[in-house]
Amino acid sequence: MAKLSKSNPPTFNTDIFQNEYLADGAREVNAIVTVTSTGGGTTGGRPLGSLDAAAAAPSGDSAVVIMVDCSGSMDYPPTKMRNARDATAVAIDTIRDGVAFAVVAGTHEAKDIYPGDGTLAVADDRTREAAKQSLRKLSAGGGTAIGTWLDKADKLFLSRREIAIRHGILLTDGRNEHEKPEDLQRVLDRVTGHFTSDCRGVGTDWELPELRRISSALLGTVDIVAEPSGLAEDFRGMMATAMSKQVADVALRIWTPANASVKFVKQVAPDLEDLTGRRAEAGPRAGDYPTGSWGDESRDYHVCVEVPSAGVGNEMLAARISLVLPQADGSTEVLSQGLVKAVWTDDLASSTRISPQVAHYTGQAELAESIQVGLEAHRAGDLDLATAKLGAAVRLAHQTGNEGTYRLLQKVVDVVDPKEGTVRFRKDVSEADSMTLDTRSTKTVRVKK
Amino acid sequence: MPQQTVCPTCAEPLDPDDVFCGVCGMNLSAPPPVPAPSTEPDFELEPAAGAGPGCVHCGGRQVAPDGYCEACGGVQPRPRDHMEQSLPGVAGVSDRGVRHHRNEDSFMLAATSLPGGASAVLAVVCDGVSSASRPDEASQAAAEAASQSLLSTLEQGVAAEPAMRQAILTAADAVAALAYDGTAPTPHSNSPACTFVSTVAAAGVVTVGWVGDSRAYWIPDDREGAEPYRLTEDDSWAARMVSAGLMGEAEAYADARAHAITGWLGADAEEVEPHTVSFTPHVPGVLLVCTDGLWNYAEAATQLADLVRADARADPLRAARVLVDFAITAGGHDNITVAVLPVAPLTVEGYTETLLDMKVLGPLPTQPAAPLAPPMPPVPPAVPAPAVPSD
Repeated sequence: MAKLSKSNPPTFNTDIFQNEYLADGAREVNAIVTVTSTGGGTTGGRPLGSLDAAAAAPSGDSAVVIMVDCSGSMDYPPTKMRNARDATAVAIDTIRDGVAFAVVAGTHEAKDIYPGDGTLAVADDRTREAAKQSLRKLSAGGGTAIGTWLDKADKLFLSRREIAIRHGILLTDGRNEHEKPEDLQRVLDRVTGHFTSDCRGVGTDWELPELRRISSALLGTVDIVAEPSGLAEDFRGMMATAMSKQVADVALRIWTPANASVKFVKQVAPDLEDLTGRRAEAGPRAGDYPTGSWGDESRDYHVCVEVPSAGVGNEMLAARISLVLPQADGSTEVLSQGLVKAVWTDDLASSTRISPQVAHYTGQAELAESIQVGLEAHRAGDLDLATAKLGAAVRLAHQTGNEGTYRLLQKVVDVVDPKEGTVRFRKDVSEADSMTLDTRSTKTVRVKK
Repeated sequence: MPQQTVCPTCAEPLDPDDVFCGVCGMNLSAPPPVPAPSTEPDFELEPAAGAGPGCVHCGGRQVAPDGYCEACGGVQPRPRDHMEQSLPGVAGVSDRGVRHHRNEDSFMLAATSLPGGASAVLAVVCDGVSSASRPDEASQAAAEAASQSLLSTLEQGVAAEPAMRQAILTAADAVAALAYDGTAPTPHSNSPACTFVSTVAAAGVVTVGWVGDSRAYWIPDDREGAEPYRLTEDDSWAARMVSAGLMGEAEAYADARAHAITGWLGADAEEVEPHTVSFTPHVPGVLLVCTDGLWNYAEAATQLADLVRADARADPLRAARVLVDFAITAGGHDNITVAVLPVAPLTVEGYTETLLDMKVLGPLPTQPAAPLAPPMPPVPPAVPAPAVPSD
């Protein structure tokens, strides 16, 4: 990974929510870790007065590459290509002065159409206008090989290694048909950690698992833009989020005691992302889980640790959780820290209590899984299983106040009784509604205050 | 090297030729561990032994500044896990016990002199309510506030009983204030709360004050000629049922609700009713002030008396340690705190020992309605009974 820190990173806070009391013999410790970053270049308490800080203004530290699908299918209907072009133009308008950027046209191969010289342009009125002009050159034709697009983006980012915050936006409308899945995976493995990327699927002919694999690896979001006319607004939002990032390559470091193990680490808000397999060893009994770049925002993580059992009356540290920022010299800066504890008690009232935060996010994870399994069963023609699973999803969404997901469910099933989760499949479920529900099933809500 | 007959670590009997203990593997050829100094520190709390470098659980070398081992995550003994204090005329020991992860009891000992020059010795023992938040802070705040209050009022010449009542109210305020100190409340927990018991021995009179189910006992030296006595009446569900005549003692104490306390110090205590009682001992003995971590294992005064060393008056610290060890050995289900306060009858001109029996020195200030007058059995002639204001 490249140079990683800025002179004025935001302030991070780590809050731990857990019930540390365990029954005699219990070994599993669950905690919700809420990480909040505030400040940085915009609102924080750190003064920006010094020359040094002025030189490291936030925009000079960001780069963005927009990858637009230009395969032949983008012309069916022709509005798709036009909307993609318009959306890209809106995104370009949102790029702040000083941010380095490029536009890549993706087919079975990748071509950087702006600035077009294998490097990144620096945003100002002139370059933004020139970039928009170059969009006229975008036309549909050819296949789809997303790996080549990511590879091109990586090369473009590498032309400006000193830029810390690197973000991609990838738009596609179809399957990755013109390269082998293992070729895409190979590229993905290579570029993971180099930059983050959001993925957008336009229409309903793209593959959710494929895009999810890319956005997960690149620590970004995946979403469906069912109607091409919605692209511009979506691009504006994505770009605004990308522009708000102030610090890159932050990792969640989890230390566990001897003979303990991390069962899982998941981001649970704003959406679900399993990070368990992303562990990179970081010294004795510690591992780093990547979280990408941060602006002013708050995210929740569910950490589950299995500790060696101890007798009633004992207390131990089950995990030490910190947010770390790698430094140029190879060391790491600890941004904040929280402790997860385990205390064994014979007081049943204490040990049987479930932390409201842990219960809530366990429910959100179950909600997402119910939707995914339910829709998969529906596609496979198992209507009984599909109805049962989506019924459970309706009940969970209702119970936990996840209104967004509840509304999406209502487009797929008729809700008879939300409390019991009694539902009937609708006769006229559109592919777009079904796919939207699937794509956004990982969207969570936070605990009601 | 002196011949060891038992393993210094695990107490396994040893053969003279043993180089290693057959049970715990202790290297017996190494110099024996230096025993803790037996001289009692004055005016100083002694942290738990074993807090040297390295983890007490796994032997790991690195212990983080926050007290957790960097290898096994085990928490290191905290100063409050085991506390001992000894002053001339009073000693106290408090221990985490076995089944609780922290010590939520607290105690304070102090000595001063009254305006007339007579010395006064006091002990305050508080037990944090586990189902409330920050019980450890509550007990400490109460003990410190009460001890401060007693010292200043006694030094000003306030009589012991009003001084005690004031100390209890001061302690109650200190605990209640914790609920408003800005710390976020622990979910599902009540405001910080604790019980309270305190004794003052001054000018030949013993004064006891309490709220909740921490207790004081009178244990005379001569267990034959005089009878040990419980001086406090619990603010507990069982005690209430018994005193209201609704249940027999056996039935009440067998109930699951028996130990639910009906009085405590804390922001959500409806009204703090300080109970006080004074008496003049006519024979030498010790006052035992303790939390339920002890009396749960020896409820009756006579049972406890059997556990109090005969030389308790001469070595109160040792007597307190023995009682705490007894409770730990019995299971240590709760935190245990014991203060032992030696008392000798005052030889005051005009009194003889026989006449002194039970007489309260000085007029009792009028007291508001006595809460739950301790139901005492008929007073045998030689037994000191608390002087309860009758009204």
